[in-house]
Amino acid sequence: MSGHSTYQPKTGIERWLDARLPIVRLGYDSFVDYPTPRNLNYWWTFGGILSLCLASQLITGIILVMHYNPSAQGAFASVEHIMRDVNYGWLIRYMHANGASMFFIAVYIHMLRGLYYGSYKAPREVLWLLGCVIYLLMMATAFMGYVLPWGQMSFHGAVVITNLFGALPLVGESITTWLWGGFAVDNPTLNRFFSLHYLLPFMIAGVVILHIWALHVVGQNNPTGVDPKSKADTVPFTPYATVKDGFAMSVFLILFAFFVFYMPNALGHADNYVEANPLVTPSHIVPEWYFLPFYAILRAVPDKLMGVLAMFGAIACLFALPWLDTSKVRSMRYRPTAKIYFVFFLVVCIILGFCGAKLPDDPVIPHLTTFQLMGSDLNSFVWLSRVASLYYFAFFLVVLPVLGLVEKTLPVPDSIASPALSADAKKG
Amino acid sequence: MADTAVGATTEPEHGGDPSRRDFIHIAAVAAAAGGGAALVWPFIDQMNPSADTRALASTEFDLTKVAEGQQVTIKWRGKPLFVRNRTKAEIAKAVADDSAAMKDPATDASRVKPGKDNWLIVGGNCTHLGCVPTFGGGEYGGWFCPCHGSVYDTSGRIRKGPAPTNLVVPDYAFLTDTKVKIG
Repeated sequence: MSGHSTYQPKTGIERWLDARLPIVRLGYDSFVDYPTPRNLNYWWTFGGILSLCLASQLITGIILVMHYNPSAQGAFASVEHIMRDVNYGWLIRYMHANGASMFFIAVYIHMLRGLYYGSYKAPREVLWLLGCVIYLLMMATAFMGYVLPWGQMSFHGAVVITNLFGALPLVGESITTWLWGGFAVDNPTLNRFFSLHYLLPFMIAGVVILHIWALHVVGQNNPTGVDPKSKADTVPFTPYATVKDGFAMSVFLILFAFFVFYMPNALGHADNYVEANPLVTPSHIVPEWYFLPFYAILRAVPDKLMGVLAMFGAIACLFALPWLDTSKVRSMRYRPTAKIYFVFFLVVCIILGFCGAKLPDDPVIPHLTTFQLMGSDLNSFVWLSRVASLYYFAFFLVVLPVLGLVEKTLPVPDSIASPALSADAKKG
Repeated sequence: MADTAVGATTEPEHGGDPSRRDFIHIAAVAAAAGGGAALVWPFIDQMNPSADTRALASTEFDLTKVAEGQQVTIKWRGKPLFVRNRTKAEIAKAVADDSAAMKDPATDASRVKPGKDNWLIVGGNCTHLGCVPTFGGGEYGGWFCPCHGSVYDTSGRIRKGPAPTNLVVPDYAFLTDTKVKIG
């Protein structure tokens, strides 16, 4: 869609600058005159919301670093100092901590939107892959950020996650020692996590630029999944998309503010307000909510290495998605069967998240003992996770490849404008 | 001109010898790659344990502090270490299970020092993902890991759950009857 530029410099200064660095032209072509499909719904506003989240995390994060002390001796106390003594420190820290959760809410909606409307299909594979890279970087950043307050959950979360690499045969132990910088999670680990937690968001920003570049090369997908064919199918980015995005951002900020001001610790764990103690593990250790589905997959497998591989495999499926889905029809709006499997997938992700927060051997239905299978009662969260994990993988590895070949799809409109226009024609 | 074939029959322009030029290209690239690789190692190895961390490798512990049936957790190399003074019943239970089916088979005798079988000294981190198990949980009378449900017996052997191996027995020696040196 990077077509002919219609930017006309109006003043002398703009003409002078345009001949030397056409940055205003780039902005005009990308965010003012850029043609967007006319039928974009509110699910398409999450890209803008995510940019807002990234900006918010960067600004609040840079401010927190001005008051934070990245050492095993001082980290916990410095976070309390931010909370109690630094002017508005509580606000900035709560914005940063809850901002991470908001970021993940937005990114999961953004990803599910892409999944439903087939936004990963040709020619948008690279766009999708860049998005997956951003998601990976986000997970790494969020994990390391959670370690920095050096509370009990921070510490033992770091122990568990770094030990995942210990599952690798032969090199596992050397890798964990290398990650720790010692024989256990300790001061060197905290220092390097701090360094990387500061670096990765800027890498995310870099990949976001590539993501937007790729988007502007292939153009936005839209709810019909049909590429725009004429001017009748598109509207200019400004005012249409800017105003719609702005409205969505405002609504999103209300949710964000609600968490920051009314329930700032609802998404965290009380144990993280206890300073790290390597000799005692909290009785119930769980990651932040946005990692729970993957945590459930990890625990569903009784073998250490296989569990770790399954967890990373769950993320690898996302990368392979453009080549797993064989359907010629992009949008699930015209794929009645795929739509049903998609809803199941959504439910399964929520079930996995729920299982990840529970103790594996606790019963799903209280006070009911069935029979033991593979070392656990059938009525347990570990078995629910196993069934749900199986569907998660089957959705990517069986349903999407096979369904694309056998599904009878609904007729796809010729263009974005045509269904709307023909509906008008019927009315008139 | 990396694709110029060595010994090409076409007359080289400007009188240059293609094989000599290729040699220079290969040598230059090899030197740059070798130098680059040599420089990468220090940047990777700096993350490994530093000399002062490695130096804190051994510790001594006075066993008189631990009464029979008690367990003391000490910190060694930044990690917990369980020093347990086992009761007769615990030892008997561990020995009785020596031939039971286990993921990581080991006799109880192989996990303690001869004649000191009441002293069990094991690493206090679950071999699954490193949480600290608690004593007294689980159905084998030993440790239970709250994170992912691994169960160890009174010899610290893995009996159930995702952990792959037994609780690690560190290198240690009795200096006297009541003093051990660990590491």
